[in-house]
Amino acid sequence: MKIDELARKPGPWLRGGGPMSDIVISSRIRLARNIAGYPFLSKVSDEQRTEVVNLIRRRVDGEGVGRKWRYVDLERVDELDRQVLVERHLISRQLVDARGARGVSFAKDESASVMVNEEDHLRIQVVRSGVQLEDIWEEINRLDDRLEEGIDYAFHPRYGYLTACPTNVGTGIRVSVMLHLPALKLTGEIEKFFRAAKDMHLAIRGLFGEGTEATGDFFQISNQVTLGRTEEEVIDAFKHDVIPRIIKYETQERKRLVKERPLALDDRVWRSYGALRNARTISSEETMLHLSHLRMGINLGRIKDVDLTTVNELFLITQPAHLQKLNGSRLNGEQRSAIRAELIRRRLGGH
Amino acid sequence: MNLACQACKKQPATVHLTDITPQGEKFERHLCEECAQSEGVTPKPPSQPQLGQILSAFVEGSKVSVQQIADLACPKCKLTFVEFRNTGLLGCSSDYDAFEKALVPLIERAHQGASHHIGKVPRRLGTPRAVENDLIRLRRELGRAVDNERYEEAAQLRDHIRTLEEK
Ligand SMILES: [Zn+2]
Ligand SMILES: [Zn+2]
Repeated sequence: MKIDELARKPGPWLRGGGPMSDIVISSRIRLARNIAGYPFLSKVSDEQRTEVVNLIRRRVDGEGVGRKWRYVDLERVDELDRQVLVERHLISRQLVDARGARGVSFAKDESASVMVNEEDHLRIQVVRSGVQLEDIWEEINRLDDRLEEGIDYAFHPRYGYLTACPTNVGTGIRVSVMLHLPALKLTGEIEKFFRAAKDMHLAIRGLFGEGTEATGDFFQISNQVTLGRTEEEVIDAFKHDVIPRIIKYETQERKRLVKERPLALDDRVWRSYGALRNARTISSEETMLHLSHLRMGINLGRIKDVDLTTVNELFLITQPAHLQKLNGSRLNGEQRSAIRAELIRRRLGGH
Repeated sequence: MNLACQACKKQPATVHLTDITPQGEKFERHLCEECAQSEGVTPKPPSQPQLGQILSAFVEGSKVSVQQIADLACPKCKLTFVEFRNTGLLGCSSDYDAFEKALVPLIERAHQGASHHIGKVPRRLGTPRAVENDLIRLRRELGRAVDNERYEEAAQLRDHIRTLEEK
């Protein structure tokens, strides 16, 4: 599998669209599973670790789960390729940092993946743009059934699906939505939202999930409780409570900005657009910030000559590993900033 | 009377260990929490609460002693409970049973008081458990429907529960 090829375009799920995608960029569900008869990864031998990989690959790559899947052996690819996979949300940083036989299988359209030997033997994931949790659940549940026809999962009559960390035990489910909340951030109301989320036993993370800080205007919010409620109950809570609430908060603040502070809003949006179209060097952090404002400007109808697909694509390809892949050579930080600025100017028809 | 700590000879010994000399002889040691930690007998990772605190938190909620928890080890993968507390990761499926007493309070804290799975069940285990889980869920939904005075829904749920119970 050519990762260079992969790096050229965003996965279809990131191209945008999907219900409510102006605020909820994407939704995903992950299931944690382990194979019965094998120790968890902290106690597994090298031999067993390889057996686990083979067992899962045989199941996934064979006709096991239906469509075509690709496997990337993380021991065989270099750091840059691994980073590309992280930037595409196909694998976690934790899988990169793990040791020994491990990898990821993913569907060609990148909407489904199975991480092998991350914290658990399997981490199954399905992602879609916007809010599509029911469809995702249907798909991942079926995928899980298919996998299970060839793999005996570690399951306990009382605790359910067993996981290496007891915080994931039971359903092993993590439902998460990636949010763009520029207005809440701008008006400072985001703190209230954080507190509400905490009261609802939800975790808030940065763009890349676990271990990344919630900075900028992008947040990932996910459930923490995996025991004592069904998968459907966890999903329903997102669908009927969590997501509508977030959308209400953010929409309210966006409306307030338009009504009460249109000048400040336009200034912010157009300055960012200007910076992106004119900068000669730009860091990935500054890029994120301006793209966020640009995205808000488009969603609020202030900017009409850029489409969301372009913005979503820029989010991905301006990240360090993608930039280097596209450029075809390794770059230091300074070079990246210059090339990034040039790429953005070109995409946005700048000067 | 409490045994005094063998190291500082002041505080009462609360950590009792069986150690083995390089020659293979077993011997017992009795230390206070502080000395045990400073000797590295009970590991104290940075940025984590002290073992003593964690253990006593468990002891309060259950009928096991600090000693019993410190002694816990999985017969299969040999992971000790202390090791688990340092990494947060279990070693194998058997740990859930081997550490049950110490683990349940922790699990309950992480899952808002729950310690029983009611979600999906692997197909190979057949339907009985799945039906049981459905019943738990339906009964809870019934309770909620009644609480919210959604009687029509409640009646439907009740019928559904009856059919499942008859199976
Ligand atoms: Zn002492
Ligand atoms: Zn074990």
